[in-house]
Amino acid sequence: MTETVPSSAQSPAPRGKRWPYVLPLVILLALGGIFAKRLLDVENGVDPSLIPTVLLNTPMPSFDLPALPGRGEALKSDDLKGQVFLINFWGSWCIACAAEHAMLLDIAASGDAPIHGVDWRDEPALGLKWLTQRGDPYAKVGQDPQSKTAIAFGVVAAPETFLIDKQGVIRYKQTGPITQEDWHKKIQPLIAQLKK
Amino acid sequence: MKRLIPLFAALLISGAAFAVEPSEMLKDPALEARAREVSKQIRCVQCQNETIDESHAEIARDMRVLVRERILAGDSNEQIVGYMVDRYGDYVRLQPRFMSSTLILWFGPLIFLLLGGLAVASRLKRGGDAAEPLTPEEEAALASLNDSGEKAP
Repeated sequence: MTETVPSSAQSPAPRGKRWPYVLPLVILLALGGIFAKRLLDVENGVDPSLIPTVLLNTPMPSFDLPALPGRGEALKSDDLKGQVFLINFWGSWCIACAAEHAMLLDIAASGDAPIHGVDWRDEPALGLKWLTQRGDPYAKVGQDPQSKTAIAFGVVAAPETFLIDKQGVIRYKQTGPITQEDWHKKIQPLIAQLKK
Repeated sequence: MKRLIPLFAALLISGAAFAVEPSEMLKDPALEARAREVSKQIRCVQCQNETIDESHAEIARDMRVLVRERILAGDSNEQIVGYMVDRYGDYVRLQPRFMSSTLILWFGPLIFLLLGGLAVASRLKRGGDAAEPLTPEEEAALASLNDSGEKAP
């Protein structure tokens, strides 16, 4: 045992030395704050698993997709120059696309902008059946069996929809089904603005 | 028992799971090795914590095929990763790039190690609280405990 024990050892620790005990509490509270914010974000509809779009305001990738057999022409990026349009990635295997379908029919009926479809990773016959059974909102539909165009657009999961302007630049990206609110508050006004 | 050794050996090897199917592989082993290397740098966009090399998601499969096509077309490894980053953002790099928003990822562990080291160092400097001698009352209490302990059995 050492003999050099300071006389203050019996009394409470001096004020200056309390911080090592307070620090963990401060860190805990700070972490708690961060976790609470992230949880509230999720509650408010901010999905942390969404990957931010880097392609916004960049020229859309070029593509040349074969048509569904017996349905119209091929979907080529070169043919779409000069028009404002939506391009929607879907597939007959995609459950969320079924939920979005009525909205797409509404958009097509509004006549605001054509929707072109990319039937992604699908059997052409099943894609065609889907359109005959549920109604066909698309101007042109192209097939993308190996995800070439989907990857070029940075698509993660169907449905995803991009709004392209007259210069062929991506102006908006919708991840997941378009809701009435998305359409009326964001996409429709943006289309009107881009068509000017 | 000896006949089972190859089986155990095979089990050990298969521990390294990967999703690449024989039909996807390139014929040239050197190019295939490059494809594997690039695939291990790219994060699957659907499963988030897997590389496209490990993932069984369909999009990961298509990305692996694309990696191999780019290699055959003569792209460098950096060009291929760059192609994915241009479309999916820095997110697809499994190893985060060194930039202002990722500094905490790179230096966080070091900072915590430093904080812990400082705490330990300051403890050692003070000689530790255990160096305090017992008070006379405590000495007496200890002595009585020791005595009773000896008598017990």
